[in-house]
Amino acid sequence: MSTAVDDHAPATVQVHDVHKWYGTHRVLNGVDLTVRPGEVTVILGPSGSGKSTLLRVVNHLEKPEIGYVSLNGEPIGVRRHAGRLKELGERAILAQRGRIGFVFQNFNLFPHLTVLDNVAAAPVATRRLAKPAALELARDLLARVGLADKATAYPRQLSGGQQQRVAIARALALRPGVILFDEPTSALDPELVGEVLAVIKDLATSGTTLVIVTHEIGFAREIADRVVFMDGGRIVEQGPPSEVLDAPRHERTRDFLSKVL
Amino acid sequence: MSEPPGAAVSLAEAPPPAAAPSEPLTAQRVLPLRRPGRWIATAAVLVLAAQFVHGLVTNPFYQWDRFGYWFLRPTIVDGLLVTLEVTAYSAALGLLGGVLLALARLSRSPVLRAVSWVYVWAFRSIPLIVVLLFLYNFSALYRTLSLGVPFGPAFLTFDESELATDLVIAVVGISLHESAYAAEVVRGGILSVDQGQHEAAAALGLPKGYQFRRIVFPQALRSIVPNYVNQLIGLIKGTSLVFYVSLLDLFGAAQSMGSTYPGDIVPLLMVATVWYLVLTSVVSVVQFYVERYYARGATRSLPPTPLQRLRAAVTGLTARARREAAV
Repeated sequence: MSTAVDDHAPATVQVHDVHKWYGTHRVLNGVDLTVRPGEVTVILGPSGSGKSTLLRVVNHLEKPEIGYVSLNGEPIGVRRHAGRLKELGERAILAQRGRIGFVFQNFNLFPHLTVLDNVAAAPVATRRLAKPAALELARDLLARVGLADKATAYPRQLSGGQQQRVAIARALALRPGVILFDEPTSALDPELVGEVLAVIKDLATSGTTLVIVTHEIGFAREIADRVVFMDGGRIVEQGPPSEVLDAPRHERTRDFLSKVL
Repeated sequence: MSEPPGAAVSLAEAPPPAAAPSEPLTAQRVLPLRRPGRWIATAAVLVLAAQFVHGLVTNPFYQWDRFGYWFLRPTIVDGLLVTLEVTAYSAALGLLGGVLLALARLSRSPVLRAVSWVYVWAFRSIPLIVVLLFLYNFSALYRTLSLGVPFGPAFLTFDESELATDLVIAVVGISLHESAYAAEVVRGGILSVDQGQHEAAAALGLPKGYQFRRIVFPQALRSIVPNYVNQLIGLIKGTSLVFYVSLLDLFGAAQSMGSTYPGDIVPLLMVATVWYLVLTSVVSVVQFYVERYYARGATRSLPPTPLQRLRAAVTGLTARARREAAV
């Protein structure tokens, strides 16, 4: 991995004045955000505030109409060309996504592959590792999320919490500079939320850059270095949890927190 | 009425029969409902089936001795081989064409989408027999086929009449027809794969070809297989049309022997029927195992194979017999 050290070290993510709209519906209205290496950022906000869209813009699952995202200074999905931004080809975008882990609300594991093959798929498909090395990495990662004994199971044979832990291991197999979590516990039964949060917390303390969209305010307070509150496609306020959660300056933040707490 | 008063207060208006067991109701097994109608229907169906079989066996019209004579005759077996050959080539080429057409239809290029749509529209509209007869007379339209620069010089030139044997005409015609239907089957299968799967594959940065071959297509096959086999069974019988482009398939062989031996036409048609039944049965068995293979991960446990089901039934029966013997 000597050639790609920078790709795997905790990354800086910068969002530069991103606008996104569907027809006349404006989802993001000029979002600027900087996530420093190793920082844990939690994005809160009412539904429809654009937080999931922002996360999907970061790994270019959604293309912004204006603005761009950069990872360690390198624009994602676009390149600078004669003072303009030009869209990158599909192949280049796919290569960039290999440096950004993404965990979905609905896990989206590949149901026809075993748990082990799910985790090993990306390193093998992108030829970053030979098959045996990828399987070994996958086993290590499954052990890390506490599922070493489930390697040969199929995803549908697991509980929701176990599936989400596999999905996290699958994202980790990319050895990404940043991992994005899109409401990772929203599809889980309440008693299964804890096991997933425990894994995320373990990642947070290990120094990986994390950006998490969640409704778990208590969890945000516990692990976030910074809380970002969004509403109407804009960032309303951001800062350490002690400020944003305990002493919000904006009326809308207070209003939101009073409803969810 | 022999029970002491007060024992069945709520049953006062409908007293239990005198023979009612004295055990509490909860300790007993519920008696299954008697279904006399089902027995009557079963008997009626069995009688009708027996009559039908009896007619098949005893009616001299079927000439079963002639059936036995023709069943494995070289002419018939040669015809069967032609049917198998045409079916196998057309099924493979048709599926390949179908996958390509489906991908074109689902692509982002408007030109590819339009071409695919028009192709499917055209070949689903034209009867197969027309396609076949058209191709049969194709050499009159284009005497040579050449490979080269469009509107420019040719590198390779084929004489149409040498290239286009009857088998080639049959396979090309049926494949053209078949791929239009296969395209829709494959497209339906791909659309049935959850959008989240495409997103997850994209988010992991899997190369585009890998996404299709290893993630999307295997999941699409779960719904493609039953539909395509349905199509394939239609195809097996559809190949009987190649008789009209002077290719002697199973049906053609039976038909031509029938015109030589007019007295044997019924047994000959029975020979063809039984062979088609055999082919369809083989395909159905293969379908079961292919579907089972692609069900991996889709269900929590795989459906049992007929052999496993038989074994389970036998174990269940012997266990029951043992239980009852013990009582």
